[in-house]
Amino acid sequence: MTKEFESRPNGPGQLKVFMRSREASLVLLIAILTAITTVLNPRFLSPQSLKDLMLNVSIIALLVLGQTIIILMRQIDLSISSIVGITAFLSGTLFIGHPGVPSVVVVLAATLAGLILGGVNAALIAWGKIPALITTLGTLYIFRGANYAWVHGRQINAVNVPGSFLAIGTATFMGVPILTWIVLILLVVVAIGLRQYGAGREYYAIGSNPNAAVLAGINVSWRIATGFLISGAIAGLAGALWLARFGTVDATAAEGIELGVITSTVVGGVAITGGVGTVVGAVLGALLLSVFSSTLVFLRVPSFWQQAFQGAMLLLAIAVDAYLAFRHALRSRVKWSHV
Amino acid sequence: MSQEEKSTRRLARRVNWETILAVLLAIAIVGGGILNKDFLSPENWTNLLANFVEIALLALPLSLIVITKEIDLSVASILGLSSSLLGLLWEAKVSMPLGILVCLLAGALAGALNGFLVVRFGLPSLAVTIGTLALFRGFAYVLLGDKAVADFPPEYTGFGIGTIPYTFIPSPFALFVILAVVFWLLLHHTTVGRRIYAIGGNQTAALFSGVNISRLKVSLFIASGVISALAGIIYTLRFSSSRADNGIGFELSAIAAVILGGVTVQGGRGTITGVVLSLLLIGILNNVLTLADVANEILRIVTGSLLIVSVLLPNLIASTRERLRLLQRQREIAKLAAVSTTK
Repeated sequence: MTKEFESRPNGPGQLKVFMRSREASLVLLIAILTAITTVLNPRFLSPQSLKDLMLNVSIIALLVLGQTIIILMRQIDLSISSIVGITAFLSGTLFIGHPGVPSVVVVLAATLAGLILGGVNAALIAWGKIPALITTLGTLYIFRGANYAWVHGRQINAVNVPGSFLAIGTATFMGVPILTWIVLILLVVVAIGLRQYGAGREYYAIGSNPNAAVLAGINVSWRIATGFLISGAIAGLAGALWLARFGTVDATAAEGIELGVITSTVVGGVAITGGVGTVVGAVLGALLLSVFSSTLVFLRVPSFWQQAFQGAMLLLAIAVDAYLAFRHALRSRVKWSHV
Repeated sequence: MSQEEKSTRRLARRVNWETILAVLLAIAIVGGGILNKDFLSPENWTNLLANFVEIALLALPLSLIVITKEIDLSVASILGLSSSLLGLLWEAKVSMPLGILVCLLAGALAGALNGFLVVRFGLPSLAVTIGTLALFRGFAYVLLGDKAVADFPPEYTGFGIGTIPYTFIPSPFALFVILAVVFWLLLHHTTVGRRIYAIGGNQTAALFSGVNISRLKVSLFIASGVISALAGIIYTLRFSSSRADNGIGFELSAIAAVILGGVTVQGGRGTITGVVLSLLLIGILNNVLTLADVANEILRIVTGSLLIVSVLLPNLIASTRERLRLLQRQREIAKLAAVSTTK
């Protein structure tokens, strides 16, 4: 965000600002990675593998939207994977229990359920004053435990789900899967909301300096609560889409994906120390990680390496962020010395 | 308020939390005995104590780390890494003592990496250890894949499942007792312990009073790595099974035990006694629920809830106390105002 402040009339132009941004380096990295893999294995750019790539990244990218808002405020939401699991199974049971129910109703119900579960986090964090890490670590296990108790070994299969709903995960519009369109639209909405609206700027303000945010008259508790409500609702929507994408859902659905989401967000330039980053960057981070895992698959690296690489990427990203912040601080000190 | 009065008050507050835990513990033991007649049998206690020894080990160094206002989420992954490494080495015909030594060394290296990233780069330990949680677990999978190694020598697995002669106390638990005493002495009876509290209470003040914060924090992360690796070895020997996914999710139970034990995430508070009491409480609760045939998923819900409630409850008590104090002050002011107007 500091980049925008630097673009004064006599400062560097718009293009130059973009070229120096995190988003540009991510696009560059994705391009390089794609080029290398395509040279080694031309099938990497086939329509089918591109479609798979888009589908793979979509649900993670959707969850990244919520997590960005959370991390901007120096908070963290670990419970999203459990919310996705519960709402995915809920969507399936709605189709089984009420044959002929419109898909829209199911998606709305799942989103509402996610909103309620996000509300539990929000209440505990904003008014119970429990640190987000403790709260969402607890609800990660509580929600998943409740899910296991409810599912009780059952499973939703693709035959239980109407074809029109599964089409969200299979059909394409202009070559891009419907699922990916949904995520792109929400990305635009959240990006504009965070950039152009007062409420969006408040998320940045809280993360930059919580005390200053209070003094500036921001209702910090309420703002933090809305972040967890949004994150929960998005996770609920992701649950419905999870069912549409995979067709089969059991109690273990989406277990552990919170790590990938947090890694994507941080790799995408949203600083874990709050106040810095954009949602577009975060989604590019998800894309980079997704391209990276496809690269590993195409290069026949055993899948056991995936998790180790993911952890290494997260560590690298936070180290780069810290280095950039350090350099920025050094440069601004030099600037002040001229005054 | 005089200095003396203040310190006795603080003491009273600390005793309170541990007293509450001790009372809860007594209730749990009596309740368990009433609910199930097998509960108080020596065999069950052997089982009970053995079952939470890994988590208990993880919780000891973690308490110290949390008191310095840091966190280590990678403990369970180091446990898994050490378990996989031990299996791999044993399969490669490396002798057991050497294998165990290498595992402990790997744990120290893993902890040193955490500490190095936190101290050298000034990165938040939460982010670092989420990263190494994935990294170390990833290494465990890289080492062992989805294989399992099970044919460990009986004299070592015998230590894992055995008891101290003539008692019902499992041998791994004796190891925990020794380490708990060491950590208790370290935290409450040495200058290192005072420095740990000082860092958690006010890091800047600690720095200006000459505490080598970096060295202390790195040492704590290394200790956490070594003890997590030790827990991995014990886990492997106890079940005679080395798998990459051993101990997944143990970090939650360890953190829950630390927080329930009265250590606050804001740093600077908590005691080893409190943590040991809360470990026993969680162990007994799990045992009672298992004896009552309660499903595993309910145990998850209980552990998660314990974690949240143990922070929520003190918060609510503190805010109510604050509100009452405000009310009382308002009343006093109103009384004063009334007096002055009548004059």
